[in-house]
Amino acid sequence: MFGRLSGDDGEASGRVEIRVDGRPVAARAGDSVAGALLAAGVRRFRRSPVTGAPRAPYCMMGICFECLVTIDGQPGRQACMIAVAPGMDVRTAEGDPDRD
Amino acid sequence: MTEKSAATPPEGNRILDAIVVGAGPAGLAAATLLARHGQDVLLLDEAAEPGGQIYRAVELTAPGSRRAAILGADYLRGADLVGHFRASSATYWPAAVLWHAAPGIEVLASRAGTTHPLRAAALVLATGAIERPVPVPGWTLPGVMTAGALQILLKSGGLVADVPLVFAGSGPLLHLVALQCRAAGARVAALLDTARPGHLVGALPALPRALAGAGPGYLARGLVQILRLGRSGIPIHRRVEALEILGEDAARAVRFRVGGATREVAAGLVALHEGVIPGQNPARLLGCAMVWDEGQVAFRPQADAWGATSVAGVWVAGDAGGIVGARAAEHQGRLAALDVLRAAGRLEAAGRDRLAAGERRALADHLRIRGLLDRLYRPADAVRRPAGDTVLCRCEAVTAGAVRALAAEGLGANQIKAALRCGMGPCQGRLCGPAVAEIVAAARGRAPEGPDHYTIRPPLKPVPLGELARLA
Ligand SMILES: Cc1cc2nc3c(=O)[nH]c(=O)nc-3n(C[C@H](O)[C@H](O)[C@H](O)COP(=O)(O)OP(=O)(O)OC[C@H]3O[C@@H](n4cnc5c(N)ncnc54)[C@H](O)[C@@H]3O)c2cc1C
Repeated sequence: MFGRLSGDDGEASGRVEIRVDGRPVAARAGDSVAGALLAAGVRRFRRSPVTGAPRAPYCMMGICFECLVTIDGQPGRQACMIAVAPGMDVRTAEGDPDRD
Repeated sequence: MTEKSAATPPEGNRILDAIVVGAGPAGLAAATLLARHGQDVLLLDEAAEPGGQIYRAVELTAPGSRRAAILGADYLRGADLVGHFRASSATYWPAAVLWHAAPGIEVLASRAGTTHPLRAAALVLATGAIERPVPVPGWTLPGVMTAGALQILLKSGGLVADVPLVFAGSGPLLHLVALQCRAAGARVAALLDTARPGHLVGALPALPRALAGAGPGYLARGLVQILRLGRSGIPIHRRVEALEILGEDAARAVRFRVGGATREVAAGLVALHEGVIPGQNPARLLGCAMVWDEGQVAFRPQADAWGATSVAGVWVAGDAGGIVGARAAEHQGRLAALDVLRAAGRLEAAGRDRLAAGERRALADHLRIRGLLDRLYRPADAVRRPAGDTVLCRCEAVTAGAVRALAAEGLGANQIKAALRCGMGPCQGRLCGPAVAEIVAAARGRAPEGPDHYTIRPPLKPVPLGELARLA
């Protein structure tokens, strides 16, 4: 859904490897978790606890709470407001189907 | 900026002179001025980098780089503001969330997994705006975002859509982001403009005001942007109505009415935008009196010419106090800071007024364009009070129809919240609050009043249980 701008400032920043639903994903230092997931092609972040419908980031600024994922075992974290860190373990609704 | 005090939280009995919340233009300007006058000031912001919405990640963008060229001079000028702040003695807490605040001033801020209780003589809310929620059928599908969200991805990660992208809505920011995405190489399949040309006539009375001071500069930049959009090759549909987003598990197309015909355009990503409104929650949590601004079609905290709210010790500056734009926000930040100094006894009223004169002139100058913009891009009733089964509350999947039915029975926002759970999810009514308030007021046949909106309670953001336990 998203690619990286070629010749971008961010190319100088270091690579950070995180795990998303168990598989390794390469991110850039300074990425938000949500940005890294979108860049990696993740389309569904969570499911609506009411309807079960898939949801993904809407605002990217901490307002909508549609990007909630489990980070290092802690559920309900705002992926758009948290920066990636090496070795971070991220679970979306796909990797954690029982979770709301 | 003092690294030492940043590492040693101002806890315990120490009472700060001022806490500024929000490192956008308003907060940066306020904190820098307070620090220059020797105040013990803490600036905290949820974001990892200073700059706020407009200048997000500006320190990480090298002048002359491709990203700098795409984002433009209005973005890059933020580097000076951030630089002055960095050079000041103010303490800066990035990635810190204010989740509770009470008159007095007592604040609870979460940073790196720990909540810090803080006390201060003054609190400046420079918490900015949010994009007006755009509840249309299908807006909860993955692949539907705000225009601002796409800009955030570009500014902070150099991310660009690589699927057909459709922009829908109205206002200068919609046009700006469409052009920025296009310059970054995105395939913009269409721009669906919902602005109504009838507004042009209605806006004329606001034109003379916009023709002096900084007004013509804004007008010229606006015209250049409209011309660039016209030449960009982006297919533009004007007077678009009845927008809906189609898809099962993700957005795949938009459907809309234009000139009496219904049309569909395929889209992998849809960017919605209908202007920005002041974020409500911090001011409401503090109990600040809120007023309805009919010109901006939004609530804002009641405030005097310095930004002092109805709550003693609480000031508001920038878009949090009513949409003013980045340049005006900066001046409002300094005006609030000067009044904080007066309240602290550091300045006499006369001294404050003397230092404020230039700021006030510049503020008035940058505000000249506002009335014209408000009128030109006034959101349609269908966006403010959606019809039928459109989901208003994304968290609890509550429809406009359900809200309207209870409003018709005379229920207020808090009662509707209790009955339907709208506004009770993690976003705490940030996205459904504006529309619910307008539906409640319309059912009563009058303009919205402050209490038509949900009451806001702490925490402003969910705090992990373990963190709460450690606090107690
Ligand atoms: C997504 C978006 C993009 C925009 N892009 C542009 C643009 O390109 N050009 C333009 O002219 N205008 C833009 N605007 C309009 C913008 O609101 C103003 O121009 C300007 O940023 C307002 O400055 P401010 O200081 O009032 O608030 P902001 O710049 O919005 O800063 C507010 C800050 O407060 C922080 N904050 C809020 N609540 C809390 C809390 N509880 N705890 C801790 N921190 C908190 C936020 O993280 C934010 O950094 C944009 C607005 C939005 C919403």
